[in-house]
Formats: sequence, C-alpha cells, structure tokens
Amino acid sequence: MKKFLSTHGRTLALAGVLVLLLGLLAYVFLRAGPLAPVPVTLATVESREITPALFGIGTVEARYTHKIGPTFAGRIKRVEVQPGDHVKTGQLLGEMDPVDLDDKIGAQDAALKRAEASVLAVEAQIQEVNARKSFAETQAKRYEQLLVVRAVSEEAVEAKRQELQIAQASLSAARANLEASRQELARVRAERDGLIRQRANLRLVSPVDGLVTRRDADPGTTVIAGQAVVEVVEPGSIWINVRFDQQRALGLRAELPAQIVLRSQAGEPRAGRVSRIEPHADTVTDEVLAKVAFHQRPQTLPPIGELAEVTVALAAQKSMPVVPNASVQRVDGRLGVWVIEDGSLRFAPVKTGATDLEGRVQILQGLSDGERVVVYSQKALDAHSRIKIVDRILGKSS
Amino acid sequence: MISLAGRDILHAWGKFIFTGVGLGLLIGVTLTMAGVYRGMVDDANVLLDNSGADLWVVQQDTLGPYAESSSIYDDTYRGILGMSGVARAANVTYLTMQVRQLGDGKARDVRAMVVGITPDGPCHPGQPGYLVDGRHLTRGHYEAVADIATGFALGDHIQIRRNEYTVVGLTRRMVSSGGDPMVFIPLKDAQEAQFLKDNDAIVRQRARTEQNPALNRPGVPGLLDAVIASQSTNPSVNAVLVQIEPGADPDAVAEPIRRWKRLTVYTRAQMQDILIAKLIATSAKQIGMFLVILAIVSAAIVAFIIYTLTMGKIREIAVLKLIGTKNRTIAAMILQEAVALGLIGFVVGKISATFWAPIFPKYVLLEPGDALRGFVAVVVICVLASVLAIRAALKVDPAEAIGG
Repeated sequence: MKKFLSTHGRTLALAGVLVLLLGLLAYVFLRAGPLAPVPVTLATVESREITPALFGIGTVEARYTHKIGPTFAGRIKRVEVQPGDHVKTGQLLGEMDPVDLDDKIGAQDAALKRAEASVLAVEAQIQEVNARKSFAETQAKRYEQLLVVRAVSEEAVEAKRQELQIAQASLSAARANLEASRQELARVRAERDGLIRQRANLRLVSPVDGLVTRRDADPGTTVIAGQAVVEVVEPGSIWINVRFDQQRALGLRAELPAQIVLRSQAGEPRAGRVSRIEPHADTVTDEVLAKVAFHQRPQTLPPIGELAEVTVALAAQKSMPVVPNASVQRVDGRLGVWVIEDGSLRFAPVKTGATDLEGRVQILQGLSDGERVVVYSQKALDAHSRIKIVDRILGKSS
Repeated sequence: MISLAGRDILHAWGKFIFTGVGLGLLIGVTLTMAGVYRGMVDDANVLLDNSGADLWVVQQDTLGPYAESSSIYDDTYRGILGMSGVARAANVTYLTMQVRQLGDGKARDVRAMVVGITPDGPCHPGQPGYLVDGRHLTRGHYEAVADIATGFALGDHIQIRRNEYTVVGLTRRMVSSGGDPMVFIPLKDAQEAQFLKDNDAIVRQRARTEQNPALNRPGVPGLLDAVIASQSTNPSVNAVLVQIEPGADPDAVAEPIRRWKRLTVYTRAQMQDILIAKLIATSAKQIGMFLVILAIVSAAIVAFIIYTLTMGKIREIAVLKLIGTKNRTIAAMILQEAVALGLIGFVVGKISATFWAPIFPKYVLLEPGDALRGFVAVVVICVLASVLAIRAALKVDPAEAIGG
C-alpha cells in the first residue's frame, strides 16, 4: 500500500512538473512569439477646434544699427566710449588723428590775416587816390577858369586835365584792387572753413541716443575709409529676426501675437507681435523670415544676437475630427489610421489637415467622430495583427 | 502492458527532471545564441524598415549612409522630388554619439544614433513609424523622439552637442545596425550638431582662422567675419530617403537619378545586401561561429548525458535481460527515456530563453523557425545518442546482474 502511494505520489509530482512546463511553454508561445497579441492604446476621434501654431528660432537684432567710422583713411587718436555705454545724440565717441590738418588750418589763419591786411592796404590806397583825384579836380577846375581869363596857357590846362584823368584811372584800379583783395579774403576764409570742417569730420559723434554695442578699433589703429570703429544701436528698436519653416508657414502674417523665449531666460516667455514678414525668403534653408517685436521692451537689453524661440499662434481652425499625430501611419504608400471595428483592425486611409504643436492632426476626410483609432502600438501593425488594448504601453515608471 | 520507461522515470523522477532542466538550460543558451545572431540581422533590417524609404540616395560612389559616410548638399532632394516615380523625398542625417541626459540625479551618457529628420507632416520618410508614447515632432527645433532603449522618459531634457532637447515621444525597436537606440531630432538641429561641435571647438576654430594671415588681412575689414560665418554653416546631409509612387519599379526610378543626378542610389535589396553582407558580416560570422560550436558542444553533452544515464542503469538492464525481457523492449525503454529527456530539455530551454532574452542589452530575436529547427535537432541528437546507449545496453552480459 505504501509502495502504491509512493508511486502514485511520484506520478502526480512528475505530472505536475510536466503540466507546469507545458503551461509555461504555451504561455511563452502565446505571449512572446509571433502569435502574441500586440499591445495598443486607443483614442476616440472627436471634433474640436485646434489652434495651429508656428515655432521658429531667431536672434535678437536691432532695427537700426549705426556703424560709426571715419570717412577718410587714417589713424585713430582716441576712442572715448566702451561697449555698454549709453550715449546721447551728438556725443563725441572718438577722434581720428588729424596729422597735419591743424598746421594747415594755422597756415590758412595766417593767409586770412594777410588777406585782411591786404584789403586794408587797398582801402588806404583808395583814400590816397581819392585825395589825389580831388586835388586834380580842383586844379583842373581852377586852370579852366584861368584859361577863360587867359591867365594860363592852353598847354598847362591840358596837363591838369590829364592829371585828373590819371587820378580817376588810379581810383578805378584801386577799387578793382579792393574787390580782388576782398575776393581773396573770401577764398582764404572759405578754405579755412573747409579745413575746419574736415577737422570736425575727424570727430566721431553719435547720430542717435543709444547704446554702444561694439568698439572695433582702439587708438593707434589705422582704419580705412568707411570701416566701423564704434557701433551704436537704439535700444528701443530691439526685435527678433525669426526663421520659420516654409512648410508650416501658412497663415503667418503681421500683427499676429507671438511668444518669445530668450535662451538666457528659458521658461520665462515674453509677449510679442509679428512686425513684418520679410518679402524675401531664405532660398537656401527654405525658411520664411519674419521680424517679431516685443510688446514691452525688456528691462535689461538682451544681448544682440542672443538666440530666441518664438511661437506664433495662428488663427484657430474650425472644429473638425482630430486625432493624435502618433496614430497616423503610412501603409503601402497611403496615409491612414488603424481603426478598431468589432475588435479587429481596419486601415482607414485619411486626408490630413492642419496640425498644432501638441501633436493633434485634423482629419479632413476618412474618419468620423466616435471612431476608435490606434494611437500607440508595441510594434508596427498589419491587418492580421492580434491586438490587446491597454491603457499605456509603458509602465507607470516611464 | 506497463511502460518500462515510465516506470524507470518514476523510479528516479527527481534525477530525471533535474537532468532535463540542466540539459534545458544548455539548450536555452544555444537558442539564445541563435537569437543573438538573428537579433543582429534583425537590427540591420529594422534600420531599413524604420527609415520608411524605398530608395537611398547618397554621395556618388559611397556605400552610405550606414556603412560609409556620405555627404550631399541639402538642396539635392528638390531635384530628386522632380524625378518621375518619386512620391516623397526627405533629407536625413545619421550621427552616432553620446547623448547626455540632463537633470538632477539623472545625468548620464547614452550611446545613441542621432537621426535628423524633416518634421514635415505625418509619416514623412525618416520619421519613426510608430510610437509607444508621446507624439511626433511638431516643432522645427529642440524636440526629440527617442527609442525606449535609451531609457529616456517623456519630458526628459537631453543634450546633443550645444543644444538642449525635450523628449516629446517614445518609440521602440528603432536602432542602428550596431544596435544603438535612435534619437530623432529635427534636421536643422542635427546638421548643426554634426558640424558645429562644442563651444570650445568653435572658439578654437575661430582662433585658428584669425591666425591665418591669408584670412585675416589688415586691409580687408569684414573678410575674417565672412570666413568665420562660412565656416559655421553646413549645407550637407548624409542621404536623401525616397519613397516611390505605389506600383513604381524601384530600379526604374533609381536609374535616372544615378544617371542624371550623378549620385549613388540603393534600392532596398541592395541596401540590405550592404548592411548584412558588408556592415555586420564579420560580427555576425563571429556570433555564427560561436553558435555552431555551441550547438556541437550541446549535442555532444546531450549524447553523453543519455549515454551515462543508460550506463548507470546497466545492472538493472542486465537483470531485465536475465529475466528474459526482449531486446526490443529494452531498446524502446532507452529510446523513450532519451526522447522524453530531450523534450523536457527543449521545453525548459525554450522557456528559459524566452524569459531571459529581454534582459539582454541588445535585441535577441527568438524565431519560431529556429525553435522548430532546435526541436528537430534535439530529437535527432537524442535518438542518435540513444542508439549508442542501446548498443552498449544490448551488449551487456546478463551474468553481470549476478556477478558484478
């Protein structure tokens, strides 16, 4: 009896082990092999409005940048400002070395004085000639009268008349001389003024109230005509030069509200507005360029060239069936979604419309509200896939 | 009639089961090794699948983009889009690198293949085919979709070169041919990542340029800036992925691109050949060789176990012969025991391989075909081994039962 029980027990134990193994094998085949169902998650198609938005990156730029430099080649004598300095309109920023310009102005000063003296000399000459002329007139008149009473000879009267004519001619010549001297004076004065202007042109002055952003050369440096020494921007003209992908830029226009996130202040969005869309697009990068201005100028000026992320909200689209973009698949070259019908899969070709940044896609055609579509799947699906509907594919931990 | 084999197994069932389990673990290792080999090949195949491409357009005379580096201008795709039979074409870049996860206590490096894709509309070539969580890329910058093998979670911040990206989607089985998980980022960022390197490298590059007298001439202001600006742009991508019109012949579409665009074009079959015959050939052969040796060793061990198991019962067999048991009955007993042992071994092997396969860092693909082949092999080996044991058992002298 004992022997029997023992044999019976052993049979049971062996059978137990075998059943356990076979059970595990069945589990393995059904859960891990090709027969295993694919876990999928579902979403219900529902109509809703979506607000497409446009995301682009850009750099902080100033609308007006004044590059101030000399108009002649020369050496820099001094630069008065440093980057970060605030300057006023007309403030001296720096000066070029005048080399011999001051000496030239000195020479012109002397020439001017000389011209003035020469005018005085000619004026004195005119006085002298005038005196001579009035004497000659008197003499001529007297001799005329004496000739009438025959007190002098005809010849003597002729001589006096000639003296008068000579005096008159001398006066004309002296007057012409005065005019020439005055013109000379004007010329010298103009030349001197020109030099003084040139001298003033060597001073680099700020054309606007603004902020010095660059100082490209230091005293002693030789710069060529037109090369910038100092750069001044107007802080009020700060805006973002943004690049948007052309593919999604439909509906982008000026005046749309925008959100600006500066890289240095990530997480702190600022309100802005699209100022203008550039008439030229970037042909190399296939991007549309736009300028986005701040609503309110930042307290501290962001560095020119800082990276900024700009999100522009486009006009809301009218209510339409919407699915997550993860559910849209391409099968045999056709775009569509996997629809669950009576527990089995059906591929429904769709036409997609606008998308928003949260990954919702409008379905223009092919789906209607209330249909259940596959969003996530453990692996690529086909029409014969066995599926298992789950809440999430990944565990809570991830 | 009672089953001699059954009685014998019941007699020492514990020993039998443990031998079977031991054998099974060995078979499990062999099956796993086959799975490792299949997984390598499958990695190469999924790389082709998940690119979603029918044609790969790469630099002329290169085996790019997976097996060799290839570089073409990023506006090449426009010309390709105009060719007949082409439905969609998209630029793509591939760069295997360390991706750094940011965050307190989470900072770590993950080796990944960074794929730059154009986030244009759903299911554009290059985009991951399916997701397990999150969403596809919608912004043109600073978003990433990662394979779950990277260990990243939704909302994680990762750093690729100079920029920080937010993980917005997770996918699965998107790996490079080397098995590195993929991280998908927008193309423009990827181009920058491939070219711009880190800040230090950029600063040094600028310094080098400044020191070059030909590029930094005193009389030409602006030249240096222009040179530096041109150095920090990269108009290249690694390949253009092309999807062809439904029903079009890939070779017929590829030929004009090869001829008129002077680029190299691979069809799926050619790309598969490159990946499997060239890229992973050596390492696959390495694993394959190991698999062959392991299979031979396993077969030998199975045979020895059955032989020794039979030899351990030689006295009992001698008694059986002594009491006049037929040779056929004894042979059947040994054969049945051997096959039963093999079956238990196979079942244990299959179960253990299936359970430990997911723990492997790289993909292990256990194919039903391999399991079937393994099953047949196990049965055949058991039968062959039992033949040896039967020969030995039948030769035994019944007198040993008494004399031994």
